[in-house]
Amino acid sequence: MPIGRDLRGKRFFITGATGFLGTALVERILRCVPEAEITVLVRPGRRADAAARLAREVIKNDCFDRLRDEWGDRFAAEVARRVRAVPGDVGQDGLGLDEAGRAALAAADIVIHSAATVSFDAPLTQAVEINLLGPSRVGAAVAASGSGAHLISVSTAYVASTHQGEAKEELLSENRFTLDVDWEDEVKAARRLRDDLQAESRKPAALTGFTKQARSEIGGAGEHLIATRAEKVREEWVSTQLVDAGAARAHSLGWPDAYPFTKAMGERALVAQWGGRVPITFVRPSIIESALAEPYPGWIRGFRMAEPIIVSYARGLLREFPGVPEGIIDVIPVDLVVAAILGVAAHGASTGPPSVYHVASGVRNPFRYGHLVVLTQDFFSRNPLYDERGQPINVPEWSFPGRGRVQRQLRRADAAMTLAEKLLTALPIRGTQAELAARIEDKHMLAKRALGYVELYGAYTETDARYRVDRLMTLWDTFDDEDHQVFCFDPGVIDWDDYVHRVHLPSVLEHTRVRTKAGKSVVEKRPERARKAILSPDRHLAVFDLEHTLMSSNVVDTYAWLASRHLPAGRRARFVADLVRQAPSLLALDRRDRGDFLRSFYRRFEDAPIARLREDSWELFHQQLLTRSFPDGFARVRAHRALGHRTLLITGALDFIIEPLRPLFDDIVCAVMEERDGLLTGHLTTLPPIGEARALVLTDYAELHSLSLEESVAYADSASDLAMLEAVGFPVAVNPEARLSAIARRRGWHVEHWAKAAGGSHRPLPLGPFDVTSPRATVAR
Amino acid sequence: MSRRPGFVLEVDKSTPPTLFWNGEGFTLETLPEGSRVLYAPEPMEALSDPYGAIRHALLHPVGDRDPLPALLSAGMKLTICFDDISLPLPPMVAPDIRQMVIESVLDMAADAGVDDVVLVAALALHRRMTESELRHALGDRVYDAFAPHGLLTQHDAEDADNLIHLGQTEQGEDIEINKRAATSDLLVYVNINLVAMDGGHKSVATGLASYRSLRHHHNPQTMQHSRSFMDAPASELHTSNWRMGRYIAESGVKIFQIETTLNTDTFPSSFSFLQKREWEWNLRDRATYAGTSAALARVPSRLSRQIFHSIKSPHAMTSVQAGEVEAVHALTTENVWKQQGVEVQGQTDILTLGLPYICPYNVNSIMNPILVACLGLGYFFNLYRGQPLVRQGGVLILRHPTRPEFHPGHHPSYIDFYEQVLTQTVDPVRIHKEFEESFATDPWYIHLYRTGHAYHGVHPFYMWYWCAHALQHLGRVIIVGGDAAAVRRLGFSPASSLNDALEIASDVVGSSPTLTHLHAPPIMMADVT
Repeated sequence: MPIGRDLRGKRFFITGATGFLGTALVERILRCVPEAEITVLVRPGRRADAAARLAREVIKNDCFDRLRDEWGDRFAAEVARRVRAVPGDVGQDGLGLDEAGRAALAAADIVIHSAATVSFDAPLTQAVEINLLGPSRVGAAVAASGSGAHLISVSTAYVASTHQGEAKEELLSENRFTLDVDWEDEVKAARRLRDDLQAESRKPAALTGFTKQARSEIGGAGEHLIATRAEKVREEWVSTQLVDAGAARAHSLGWPDAYPFTKAMGERALVAQWGGRVPITFVRPSIIESALAEPYPGWIRGFRMAEPIIVSYARGLLREFPGVPEGIIDVIPVDLVVAAILGVAAHGASTGPPSVYHVASGVRNPFRYGHLVVLTQDFFSRNPLYDERGQPINVPEWSFPGRGRVQRQLRRADAAMTLAEKLLTALPIRGTQAELAARIEDKHMLAKRALGYVELYGAYTETDARYRVDRLMTLWDTFDDEDHQVFCFDPGVIDWDDYVHRVHLPSVLEHTRVRTKAGKSVVEKRPERARKAILSPDRHLAVFDLEHTLMSSNVVDTYAWLASRHLPAGRRARFVADLVRQAPSLLALDRRDRGDFLRSFYRRFEDAPIARLREDSWELFHQQLLTRSFPDGFARVRAHRALGHRTLLITGALDFIIEPLRPLFDDIVCAVMEERDGLLTGHLTTLPPIGEARALVLTDYAELHSLSLEESVAYADSASDLAMLEAVGFPVAVNPEARLSAIARRRGWHVEHWAKAAGGSHRPLPLGPFDVTSPRATVAR
Repeated sequence: MSRRPGFVLEVDKSTPPTLFWNGEGFTLETLPEGSRVLYAPEPMEALSDPYGAIRHALLHPVGDRDPLPALLSAGMKLTICFDDISLPLPPMVAPDIRQMVIESVLDMAADAGVDDVVLVAALALHRRMTESELRHALGDRVYDAFAPHGLLTQHDAEDADNLIHLGQTEQGEDIEINKRAATSDLLVYVNINLVAMDGGHKSVATGLASYRSLRHHHNPQTMQHSRSFMDAPASELHTSNWRMGRYIAESGVKIFQIETTLNTDTFPSSFSFLQKREWEWNLRDRATYAGTSAALARVPSRLSRQIFHSIKSPHAMTSVQAGEVEAVHALTTENVWKQQGVEVQGQTDILTLGLPYICPYNVNSIMNPILVACLGLGYFFNLYRGQPLVRQGGVLILRHPTRPEFHPGHHPSYIDFYEQVLTQTVDPVRIHKEFEESFATDPWYIHLYRTGHAYHGVHPFYMWYWCAHALQHLGRVIIVGGDAAAVRRLGFSPASSLNDALEIASDVVGSSPTLTHLHAPPIMMADVT
């Protein structure tokens, strides 16, 4: 067994071990190369250092399940003995290695560089830093270490672009289909573009736009939150521009996207700087997919290129996908790529210029796109996914339209849904209706994603390039039968029908949270779990908003009730007419800034006799507010109290109005109005506790009572309460209006739908009852 | 006008379909041949001069009591207590009996120079009445004379300052009642006896009591041994109340009891078909039935509820007696039986009931599922003397929409009882043991009871205990036309039609059961031999 023998006891230095290919590589070396030792370069995360990331993201992966079984008790010790992590980053010159890292690199026999940003839509600068500059940074570090190690740089078959015809296993400089572009110019241009975009995004007009977008997303949540969101929007804008720039530049040079473009430039850079000085081999796999056999059939890590498309298709969401049925879809199982790399490692570097190996199936064992579609369709017809009602989903039949047509269709759908979303968030809806808006947003996201797939991957289904594997097969022939068993990398062994039906698709389904069984979903239990966490005795504080969270009322209708309480019949009509006429402007002001709205609306109480209001407020509460209350909400407050949690009501409502609610809560923070000579002045004594002020009130309150906000629950209905919801560990969106509904959905917040008791009051503008003073009035009743 | 007594009809081929109440509406059902339909006796003649009769009763008391004027003197403390909104049903056309009696009492008090007079609505744990309800019961003259000065009060069973613990009966029952009433020189109680269970010692011992006192007889054990609670001698509920009443009397509380009875003239002339026998319906009755049914089917429940709750009943006073509690109540009971008694031979396998829109606890409110159960299994099931209309292990079939609708202002604790208690168990004994205290002592319910118009937190439990005897006795309860989920929540079986219900019942009573329909309201009492 030459491979196992030749590599026995070798020291490997691997980048990209936390990735799909890297994980498989580490596992295979541990399992199949006796006594080989591995150092992995891992970028320390914010919460975990390199060793912790190795343990959590690599060793814990189910890739190692087989080894765990085989080794049993000695697994941990064996892994600890043979694998270690050193901190570093291929995005930094010198790889950011510390002393130990440099020592490990100096001791290495074989360096495998598989770190890359494989996303086809990475921002240009990120792709440039990692894919373009990464290989030469590794080359430089190897050269500096003086180890003379063999550097195997993992690239992609698509660096040879997607031109028609056959691509040989040769350096790009020998390939007549790729343009000879100066990689240094590309790096400079990308960095300059990033700086320009950063500057551009800070121009006043752009900033105004970002703020406007932030406001439309989260509404009157308060300046700080809007600023935070606007900054995020700005960063996203820069990033999107960089993604687009990467794609544009790649297209202009004949690559389908920034990934193969930057990988190609990376090869050039590595050869130009270190060719001849460091022994280099390029391994260029095509599209890597789940394992054919090792460590076990179907092993896959993460969602790769084809999976989202397959799942979207199976869910009936991709009605069409472009592609040429006769075109070849070049897929290669991950274990074949791993074996090829180890074969190359065992074979050693060539003495001349760097050599190149394709690991691709297209020439040796072509798999037609039309065949894949038929297999997939067949599979999902027999093993359908199920919708949320438990009915099987029919998969669409694709007619292989051109890419342009599919894109046009999807863009139209995108535009229509953007409009619908805008309309819905502008409407004053909440609860289940707002859910509709959120559902449309979901659909929209799926449609956008479908469009993304088509734009990103369309080129790969239409490609006609054939990646020759003559060198790979020559290498294959140098190994004996035992190697062919243990380190199989001949693409000819793949039986596509079997691979698709019995290996790949079942594995994709297993890794996707989709329903593969009929009947009631098990996923529905999530709200139950969330509710349990919310009502755990460990919680400290439950804070509630009032309007639309605990009762369906607002300052306008409580005012209407109080103001009309003692009005004679004749004047009521005029009162109502006035209020209705002002409604649009009141609504608009409320949407713009709730604080301004409250302050201005509360002026209406100027000169109102406080004693009478206090008395009437009790009647208002029992006759009106209680009948518009949400019994589930009240029950929840009481449940919190029963569990020993502190309960706090924070509301912009006036103190005399919520007075009857006092016994429900431990504490109440509300608006208080100045009084003079028994009359209200119409001015609040303090800022009303709304928007961001609520978060402050809440924080102060928690501090005062030594309660942990992490252990607290907040209930609110509107995006204007965002600050308060974000302040606690357990935010709950109650009957959320469209914007909060969308936010809650995105962030996975628990949502409650609390309704008025069936039998509660449904009057749109409740007025106070007539005074029952004259005997005639009583008789009339 | 001669009046016809109650009637037991045997259904044959020529019998027209029978009217079933169905909440805020009604429907005609064809009963199997051989079924019996019980019709209430026709209304007795009203007292022609009610004011005169009242005056006569006050001046000629029964039992060991002096005429009222002899009990009144200047400088004394007088408290007049009266039954609350739960009586009568439906509320009567003005002037209300309470108004007539209280005006008469107040006239005599004025003549005697009594100036410390307080009125107390005997709510027990019921909701406080609204201003318009009080005005309707008492009349504007009484209301305006008392209310503005704080002299018109409503009993507050949670007002520690105005409760007095008089002691315990020999059975260890606490007696805690309204302090103002108990410490007055004279307590006049003004009652309306709609059904046989009302009045007697129950007026003060229950109407003016606190939870501490009520819990001794408002519990599943007592209710299971009240067979029926409409028949005082056979009712443990009454035995307990009588013990307490006698204790109260011995404690020196001087009670002048005034009880009144009503005739069965329950619905205004526009709805007269509701109290007629179907084969006697004239063209107008048929047209009204068809018209109202069609109209009700088209309006939302909110609106039909409003329409029905605006009905004021024309029922008139048939007797008034005053004096010592037990002597008065004996006469009253006799008069109730005179009006409501129907003799029935033998029990039945299946009892059918059409439940109306109203029960004592949803006047101007909503009949929630718990009240549906209470009206069917508590009130109507217990309208018997001797033995229940339906045999042990038999089936009760109710007709009611049983919507899971609640009045959040009136019945807040009912909502939680429905969501939190009935989802765990429907067994009254378990409910009593595991859940009652937390609801009864809940500060939020107490707050709503005291400051608003909410029934006390423990009240839904009492409604459920009211069903305890029936639940023990019956083999199955089926609700026709009810909200299926709500019916199941109550522990009953839903059925979409009477035929379906009979099919379901056949599991319990076989395929050829006997069936009896209680054609109420108007209310009647079955004397089952």
